[in-house]
Amino acid sequence: MFKRSEQDKRPQLQIFVDGVAVAARQGDTVSAALLASGCDARRSTAVSGAPRLPYCMMGVCFDCLVTIDGVGNRQGCLVPVAEGMQIEIQKGKREIGR
Amino acid sequence: MTVAPKREDYDVVVIGAGPAGLAAAATSAEAGLSTLLLDENVGPGGQVFRAIASTPVTDRNQLGADYWVGADLVQSLRASSAEVIHRATVWSLDRNLEIAVSLGGASAFVKAKRVILATGALERPFPIPGWTLPGVMTAGAAQTMLKSSALVPDGRTVIAGQGPLLWLLAAQILRLGGRIDRILDTTERGNYFAALPHAFAFLTSPYFAKGLSMMREVKAKVQVVSGVTELSASGDGQLASVSYVAGGRRETIPADLLLLHQGVVPNVNLAMAAGVEHRWDDLQLCWSPVLDANGNSSVAGIAIAGDGAGIGGANAAVVRGRIAARAAVEALAPAAAAKLPAMATLRSDLAKAERGRVFLDTLFRPAPQFRIPSGDTIVCRCEEVTAKDVLDSVAIGATGPNQLKAYRRTGMGPCQGRLCGLTVTELMAQARGKTPQEIGYYRLRAPVKPITLAELAAVPKSEADVKAVVRG
Repeated sequence: MFKRSEQDKRPQLQIFVDGVAVAARQGDTVSAALLASGCDARRSTAVSGAPRLPYCMMGVCFDCLVTIDGVGNRQGCLVPVAEGMQIEIQKGKREIGR
Repeated sequence: MTVAPKREDYDVVVIGAGPAGLAAAATSAEAGLSTLLLDENVGPGGQVFRAIASTPVTDRNQLGADYWVGADLVQSLRASSAEVIHRATVWSLDRNLEIAVSLGGASAFVKAKRVILATGALERPFPIPGWTLPGVMTAGAAQTMLKSSALVPDGRTVIAGQGPLLWLLAAQILRLGGRIDRILDTTERGNYFAALPHAFAFLTSPYFAKGLSMMREVKAKVQVVSGVTELSASGDGQLASVSYVAGGRRETIPADLLLLHQGVVPNVNLAMAAGVEHRWDDLQLCWSPVLDANGNSSVAGIAIAGDGAGIGGANAAVVRGRIAARAAVEALAPAAAAKLPAMATLRSDLAKAERGRVFLDTLFRPAPQFRIPSGDTIVCRCEEVTAKDVLDSVAIGATGPNQLKAYRRTGMGPCQGRLCGLTVTELMAQARGKTPQEIGYYRLRAPVKPITLAELAAVPKSEADVKAVVRG
C-alpha cells in the first residue's frame, strides 16, 4: 500500500509484530511502521469484529488501536517505535490486565 | 522517560504545537511570561508542519516553501524561554484554568493565569459507503506518513474529494515518486458560480498562483475526473474497488488505497469540554467558538487561536497565535507588551492572511450527499452506527445528539464524536426539519481523550477529595 522514498536515510531498527521481526525506521510511529511493513496489520473492532486499519494518522479516529509491549488500546499513530518493541495486532476489545 | 512540568503554575499554558501554538508560546515567553507548551505529538509542527524538525524528506522543493516556514517558528520557540513538553495528552481543562495532562501513563496538573488553546483542525468526516474498510484513509493521513516517514502510496491509489489540501497532497506524492491512479473531484458545479463574487479577493491572495500551478502540475500526470456526484468504496474486509458517478455515468475502478478529503473543521473537543460557547457556522458547516478580536472565548482566561478558532489556514493561524499571546501579555504584564509587534500591525497581517478565505469556503463547500449519508452507511465508526439507525431513532423520539447517545451510543466510543459529530448534527437536523444550531452537538466532558481508571486512581488526592466519596 505504501513504500519508502529512497531519500529516507534514517537508521533502521527492529520491532516485533505478533512475534515476527519487522524492520522499521527511527522516527516512525507504530502505525506508519505497520503500514510500511506489508504485514496484515488489520485490527478487529470491539463492537462487531470488523477489520480496520488506521484512518486519520493524527490521533483522532482510534482505528489504529494496538497492543504495545503488553498494553492494549494504544494509539499506534501517536507512539514512536523503539528497538525491540513488541506489537500485537489487537483483535476485539482490550482484555483485563493488558 | 517522560518529562513532567517544572512548575505547578504558569502565566500562560498553550495547548498544541502547530502554527498557532508555536507562535503563541514564543511570543508569550519572549515577553517574559512563564510559558508552558503542551503537545500530543512526538515533535513540534502540528499537522501542517508535521515532523518539521525530523522529516526524512530532505529535498526542500518536494514539501514546498510553505512547509519550511514552520522551521523558523520552531527556531523562535527554541530561542525563547518557553517550556515545551511533547507526547503530552491534555485530557481536562476547566473554568479555573486547571489543566490535567497525561504523560507516559501518569497524570500531572498545572494551573495557568491564561490558557491559549491551539488544538487546530481535523478532517471533516467523509461518510461514504465503505469508508471504514481497511485501505480507506484520509488524505491528511497519507500526508502525515509522507512528511514524517517519507512513505508514499505504492498500490493502485485513488484520491477523492475536494479542497486545497487534496491538490497539495497529490503534488507531494508525485514529487516523491508515489503512485496515484485517479483523482475524483467532488466539487459541486454550482459552487463555481456561488464563489465567483468572492473571486477578486482570492485572485489577489498568495493562494491563487500557488494553487493554480499545483493543479497544473498534478493534472499533467494524473487523470482527474471532475463533477463526481456519488462515491463508494467496496471490498471484503479490505478495499478492492472504488465506484463513482460523474456526468451521470457510473464507473468502478480497482483500488488498494482510497484517500478521502473534503476540508478541515475545528477540533472542538477540549474547548467545548471547558465550557467555551460555540455556534454553528453556516458557511464552513461546522462548530466555531464565539471569540472576540483577541481570540478570547466565553470562558474568562481561555483564548483560542489557529484553526480551532474557525478555519483560516496556517498563515492566519500564526498571526492569531501572536494576537492571543499579545493579549495575554497586555493583561498580565502590560509593560512587556511594548517590545512585541503592535496589535494594529498584527490585525493587518491577519486580514492579509485571511484574504480569499470566503472564496475557498464557498468553492469547496462539501456537497450534501457527502456530508449527510443514508441507509447502511456508517455514521459512527467507533460504535458502528448507520445512518438508518440514526433516522430510526429520530422516528421513535430522539431529538438531538445527546439523546441519541442513549438510543445508539453514537459518539460514546473512544473518538468521542470527532469522526461522527458533525454528521449526526446535520443528519438529525435534516430529519427533524431544524437548523444544526437548534439540534446542537454532543455535550463533551473531560477526559477528552481516554485514560485508564488506574491513571485516574493514581491522581494525588486530598483528604477532602476522599471524604467526598467514601462513606463512614
